[in-house]
Amino acid sequence: MHNKNSVLERTKTRLQTKVQATVPVERQVQAAHMVEKAKRMVGLNEPLVFTERPLPDAEDVPLTELDVSNPFLFRQGKWHSYFKRLRDEAPVHYQANSPFGPFWSVTRYEDIRAMDMNAADFSAEPDIIIGDVPLDIEMFIAMDPPKHDQQRKAVQGVVAPKNLKEMESLIRERVCEVLDSLPTDRPFDWVDRVSIEITGRMLATLLDFPYEERRKLTYWSDTISGIAEATGGSTHQDEFFEATADLARSFMALWHDKEARRQQGEAPGFDLISLMQGSEDTKDMIKKPLEFLGNLTLLIVGGNDTTRNSMTGGVLALNENPDQFEKLKANPSVIPNMVSEIIRWQTPLAYMRRVATRDLHFGGQFIRKGDRLLMWYASGNRDERQFDNPDDFIIDRANARNHMSFGFGVHRCMGNRLAEMQLRILWEELLERFDDIKVIGEPEHVQSNFAKGYSKMMVQLTPKSDA
Amino acid sequence: MATVTFVEHDGTAHEMDLVEGESLMQIATENAVPGIDGDCGGEAACGTCHVIVDDAWISKTGARTGQEIQMLDMTPECEANSRLACQVIACQEFDGLRVRLPEFQM
Ligand code: HEM
Ligand code: FES
Repeated sequence: MHNKNSVLERTKTRLQTKVQATVPVERQVQAAHMVEKAKRMVGLNEPLVFTERPLPDAEDVPLTELDVSNPFLFRQGKWHSYFKRLRDEAPVHYQANSPFGPFWSVTRYEDIRAMDMNAADFSAEPDIIIGDVPLDIEMFIAMDPPKHDQQRKAVQGVVAPKNLKEMESLIRERVCEVLDSLPTDRPFDWVDRVSIEITGRMLATLLDFPYEERRKLTYWSDTISGIAEATGGSTHQDEFFEATADLARSFMALWHDKEARRQQGEAPGFDLISLMQGSEDTKDMIKKPLEFLGNLTLLIVGGNDTTRNSMTGGVLALNENPDQFEKLKANPSVIPNMVSEIIRWQTPLAYMRRVATRDLHFGGQFIRKGDRLLMWYASGNRDERQFDNPDDFIIDRANARNHMSFGFGVHRCMGNRLAEMQLRILWEELLERFDDIKVIGEPEHVQSNFAKGYSKMMVQLTPKSDA
Repeated sequence: MATVTFVEHDGTAHEMDLVEGESLMQIATENAVPGIDGDCGGEAACGTCHVIVDDAWISKTGARTGQEIQMLDMTPECEANSRLACQVIACQEFDGLRVRLPEFQM
């Protein structure tokens, strides 16, 4: 068995390295897909499927068996108590038997920050989610310095504050379009009509992707980040490969189209591909398709789910804390601080994974080279050692900006300013228009141990009486 | 009283009392100097307290080291005298120190 697997793996690696430059990228994705299928046929690779069962309370589980990789932990609202128990009793905790294999959980704020800053001992390669993605898409979020630094510098201009300043009025226009089309006489799904619409429109703009097809971006993002083997989501491998190949095809076409237009003398735009084509470091990125694919996937996935779920989470948090909604209406200048508090409270990405590069001691535990460790931002943001009353949502919380939802160190979120700006503008424009946004019933939560998000949330708007 | 001056990107200067033992980031944020965020609370982990030290002062403050180099390297506005303000601890000798702020923090 083992032999067959390594032969297949070797074939895959050979395919991916040797032909990177010559074979169209969607063919490479298809080739990797065939390898996975072949493995499945010879019984080497059982696709993971998760079935939801009610989770026991944290105090009823022996400490060693506590498994925070369960993709239903967030949906069932058990995560507060599970992580509190880990923070108090086992801040660096080993789980030997998860469906994803053994892993460590790091759950206190200070430990997480220390680990995130130590790229030498804790590598982000080859992946930053708990399981393995069955395709080596090359993303710099999962690369160590110095390669990480080169790649990040090449593309960060697209979301650099300078570019954002130019984009602010455009963002506001798009937000207003979305808000002005909302019904006020009946309930509707906030996730679909607002969160997905605004982030989708923004992303289409950043990537200069055909505006009418923007829902594809949402679909790709959800499918890729929802892969069962990687995050406990509900995407089957086959669907993952099809979505990735489709994404690759679309963006290769977009690249070539832009190149042709540029050669005909059209002025380049401020979108990602134009920036890549205009920079010495990245103008030949198309010749390294898996890298090209990686950078795009990173922006599509990184910029989508996260901001979207913060847009939904903010409304939910204010509904659960009506006094804070009143505070906000009385003093809209608190919006920027509230945006940080929303991002802390929501923690859209629950963790990042690292791998120990050597045997070492950390938080009183002995970690072996090669061990996987998860830095649980979702827990660090609720660490009572760092935040007073951490589970409360307080829009004028003094140290809200110290949240760790964007991570720390060299990988600190590249899109943080864009995310903050989108949320700030959303709330500024919401307060202009509505007196109340009432959540109706319970929101539906995404199945994942990585993305803390919502698939549906019904709301009813009350227009401003003087408007 | 010893002072330190923060000069915003648009030239606006903010002269602040220098508190010995505090970092420049703390002095700036406690006095609400615009343009310094200090998101990580002073651990050289976020890169949002970037300042550029005047040439005349760099020998006193010293140049960036270790983790600071990593973080600042990513900033497009990084200059020879760039430092993270949270890693510059004020002392009496810094009386009259001037630092410039970049246009944007990361
Ligand atoms: C509220 C919204 C967001 C949250 C919570 C978030 C969270 C994160 C986190 C936790 C990391 C990894 C940090 C680490 O390893 O230390 C990260 C990295 C990244 N994010 Fe975000 N993100 C958000 C929005 C965005 C947006 C809008 C974009 C792009 C348009 C984006 C692009 C990226 C990229 C490219 C990286 C990789 C950075 C690197 O490895 O150097 N993110 N983000
Ligand atoms: S405050 Fe975060 S780097 Fe200085």
